[in-house]
Amino acid sequence: MKVLIPGALRSYTRASHVEAVGETLAGLFEDLDRRYPGLRFRVVDEQQRLRPNMRVFVNGIGVRELAHALQPDDFVAVVQALSGG
Amino acid sequence: MSRTSKPSPSAPKAAARSAPAASKRLVILVATRKGIWLFHGDAKRRTWQADGPHFLGHIISHVQLDPRDGRTLLAAAKTGHLGPTIFRSTNFGRSWKEAQQPPAFAPPADGLPARSVDHTFWLTPGHAGERDSWYAGTSPQGLFRSDDGGVSWAPLPAVNDDPQLREWMGSAQDGTPDGPKLHSVIVDPRDPLHLYFAMSGGGVHESHDAGRSWRTMIKGMEVVEGFDAATVTFHDPHCVRLCPSNPDRLYQQNHCGIYRLDRPDDTWQRIGRKMPKRVGDIGFPMVVHPRDADTAWVFPMDGSTVWPRTSPEGRPAAYVTRNAGRTWQRLDKGLPESQAWWTCKRQAMTVDAQTVPALYLGTTSGELWIGHGEGARWSNIARHLPEIYAVEVGELA
Repeated sequence: MKVLIPGALRSYTRASHVEAVGETLAGLFEDLDRRYPGLRFRVVDEQQRLRPNMRVFVNGIGVRELAHALQPDDFVAVVQALSGG
Repeated sequence: MSRTSKPSPSAPKAAARSAPAASKRLVILVATRKGIWLFHGDAKRRTWQADGPHFLGHIISHVQLDPRDGRTLLAAAKTGHLGPTIFRSTNFGRSWKEAQQPPAFAPPADGLPARSVDHTFWLTPGHAGERDSWYAGTSPQGLFRSDDGGVSWAPLPAVNDDPQLREWMGSAQDGTPDGPKLHSVIVDPRDPLHLYFAMSGGGVHESHDAGRSWRTMIKGMEVVEGFDAATVTFHDPHCVRLCPSNPDRLYQQNHCGIYRLDRPDDTWQRIGRKMPKRVGDIGFPMVVHPRDADTAWVFPMDGSTVWPRTSPEGRPAAYVTRNAGRTWQRLDKGLPESQAWWTCKRQAMTVDAQTVPALYLGTTSGELWIGHGEGARWSNIARHLPEIYAVEVGELA
């Protein structure tokens, strides 16, 4: 499936759109980490929780549960509520 | 009239402090809220060449040069929206690689709440005889060790998952606005198994078995009025330093004063009472002389009323003791004389190990200062940097 990568993570992917696979959102981030080592931990913490200020949209619908099921033709957008001041 | 008290070391002490080593190439490592800057100095420490920013926009809590090889840099980084990581360079910052396994807590055990590392706050190179070993302290409080030069990090469960220590740490809700922190990880230069660490809040602790077990060292330390000093969670050490020339001596800047501890005694002595009353003995950094265990420096801040965390009266100054805390002298020559409302965080003041050491100071307003002559004469190195979180100085190989 197609995944939109936010600017802050493009140091890993070098691209704004990438292809990845996964039956769930958790599986998708594991696949992204295999392709782009280090990316997952910047988004998902060690207790398997989406980090604060990270937003994920599947086909335009906001999702917070990493167990959310995905279909091969889904479009997943990872975005951030930019913070830092 | 000068407001500066010049240092006046006694002749025997001056002799003891002299070092035969020739000047080496120094680099100042500046960690800021918006990235890393490296400042390369000349032999006289008069001119400095800026190299940066590295990781512009990243929140960098600490950068350390490995003194065992003089070339490996580790940087503790995160951004406002991405999780924490460690970056590593083996060529003075020309290129960086990310840690494969940054510090991360283990899954929760024994019913304790799950925790996630918000940021790595403190980096300490391991013992000189344990090449590639490092320790990291995190927020919320956690202690981690790497044995491969910072590529992968393992949690130390005797600290991170001990129910008693967890109770003393409290939760993020109990911590300071920037998050509760484990800091001041100290390795005894005589014994790699002997460690100290401190927690804000949660006291000072010691291990004799490389972190498998711990004992608490809070005797003599004071807490905020009205609270019970026997309760470890109320203790807020801000910075603890071990004297390289006498590893049995520790100095501590605490939320409630300045202290000294001479082992094997285990009772801290409050040595800040002799600071001027209008300045007080509250602050964050603690700096010790590389060769004279009677000499140490602090940088007081305003800890009155609502804790403004500025220089007292807008007049920044370091203070030095040359007799282990019996007396203190003000060192402000060259610093702004008024209307300077910045201060200095706990990792943002350090000293080099040159024949006549210089102090280095990074401010909350993004200024970098050098205090020549052991802090007797301050001059500015850089302005307009982001808020400075940490300053270290290293000798390049």
